Amino acid sequence: MEGTLATVAVTVPPRSWRSDLRAIRIVWQRDVIRYWRDKPRMLASVLQPVLYLFVFGTGMGAGMRPTGELDLRVFLYPGVMAMSTLFTCFFSAGSIVWDREFGFMREMLVAPVRRYSIVVGKSLGGATAGMVQGVIVLAMGPLVGVHFTPLLVVILLGELAVLSFAITSIGVLVAVKIKSFQAFMALVQIIIMPMFFLSGALFPLRGLPTWLHAATLLDPLTYAVDPMRREVLSHVVDRSMAPGVTWSGWHVPTALELLIVAGTGVVALFFAAIEFGKTE
Amino acid sequence: MTTPAVLVRGLHKKYGELEAVRGIDLDVQSGEIFGFLGPNGAGKSTTIKILCTLAAPTAGQAKVAGFDVVEQRDEVRRHIGLVFQETTLDDYLTAEQNLRFHAELYGIPSATVAPRLQQVMEMVGLWERRASRVQTFSGGMKRRLEIARGLMHSPRVLFLDEPTVGLDPQTRASIWNYIRELKQRETITIFLTTHYMDEAEYCDRIAIMDHGKIVALGTPEALKATVGKDRVAIATADDEAAITALKDTFGIEAAKHEGMVMFPVEKGEQFLPKLFAELGIAIRSVSVARPTLDDVFLAYTGKTIRDSEASAFEQSGMAKFARAARQR
Repeated sequence: MEGTLATVAVTVPPRSWRSDLRAIRIVWQRDVIRYWRDKPRMLASVLQPVLYLFVFGTGMGAGMRPTGELDLRVFLYPGVMAMSTLFTCFFSAGSIVWDREFGFMREMLVAPVRRYSIVVGKSLGGATAGMVQGVIVLAMGPLVGVHFTPLLVVILLGELAVLSFAITSIGVLVAVKIKSFQAFMALVQIIIMPMFFLSGALFPLRGLPTWLHAATLLDPLTYAVDPMRREVLSHVVDRSMAPGVTWSGWHVPTALELLIVAGTGVVALFFAAIEFGKTE
Repeated sequence: MTTPAVLVRGLHKKYGELEAVRGIDLDVQSGEIFGFLGPNGAGKSTTIKILCTLAAPTAGQAKVAGFDVVEQRDEVRRHIGLVFQETTLDDYLTAEQNLRFHAELYGIPSATVAPRLQQVMEMVGLWERRASRVQTFSGGMKRRLEIARGLMHSPRVLFLDEPTVGLDPQTRASIWNYIRELKQRETITIFLTTHYMDEAEYCDRIAIMDHGKIVALGTPEALKATVGKDRVAIATADDEAAITALKDTFGIEAAKHEGMVMFPVEKGEQFLPKLFAELGIAIRSVSVARPTLDDVFLAYTGKTIRDSEASAFEQSGMAKFARAARQR
């Protein structure tokens, strides 16, 4: 045999919280590499918000002026940002189903690590992709007439981070339960579309019929879109398009809104980890 | 002998009503190449899943590398390497990235990752291709890469589920070279399943599983000895006289097939000197054929391995699908 090296004996140390952290990091890193290499998907993820903001926003705004003096595109801007993140995160979470169908899941399942670290790594991977997506839309701000201040950018980034994490966690919970990619895609449509339409991403949540108002309050995305929109519109004269979320007249503060979003994510992730930890 | 690499006692596994594994006992010694054979649906995959901690047994006990597969799951996982039938590589990553992923997941000390990575990749002849994406690899290269990955953390037991299925004969031969070389270089036990009877010959010992039970266990030689006699074929100066002489001298019933006098006999090679000495008729050529593992498989399961593959296809949805497609 040519070029023989002395056998490198490897001793795998006992499992510890550090090995779990390493596992989380590498699972996250893999998803980031894959996202980065998937250029068609990145292109599609830029196209979608462009269509909503510039085609739908411009066309609808010119003909119907549903938002009065306020440029419809400015109104849509935070909603489209949330929508974009929503789609990206969900599909990233779907890589779990993908991994299962293509076998790579087994490589992770037989490793001497706690299963939760795989779920957390996946969640962070999807959240990172969601953040990148959110930032792409964020960067379109000046094009639709949103004036950036450093504070606005920082706050929006923070809100995007919470949203990305929460949505991916919900997606991961769905993905660990579903065994085939077709079923996942179908379920995603059933979950994403109502979340999107009820969140107020496309219309202001005021003067709604009671049933619709109640439905919007059950949508976790509502509590992510609202603070983002209020932040964006705080620099605009007419803020009536961002009335805030109210529970029977009580104004839900931003901190609580974000807590609801983050809490939903944590709960989803918790159940995903339990479900994923089950042995056949 | 030290602790057995694999120890199984009274193992059962039920999936609802279906009893996939019906009480098996097994000892695989450290350093063995152990072959696990059986028709489709015999319970081989379920047994391997249990040994790899991917499924929990319904009853019984199993230990791998001295650790209980239920009680000490993490310990078992740290000491086993796995190569599955279907690929479990990430096509989008490079060969090296796949191995590094594995190293991180197994918590291999950072300092040893690079030298070990080079070693296992050189062993399977893929070091030059380390920076290529796996999607550019052929089936045989992928399998070799999976073997390399399974070895990254120096497992004590390497499980290979059909390591050569779907590969061309040349690639199969090269995979077997790696396996044998591996046995010499590392302190490792290899537990594999295969459908190829010629490959089962390379194993130190084999077990044949059927209907959830182990029906035969032993070295290939011993198993072949249990099923039957060797087939001896001779060409002589006077075949008719030879047949008579065989009957009179040795009590053997011989018959003429394809121009040769053929007869079954135990330990054919040891019988030959006696034959030459006592037959009394000039022998021009001789051949001894051993029973093959195909004969063994047939004897213990009542079907050839190819029959069992065909029936598995019939039972599967594929056959129904094919029929439905034809009827349309």
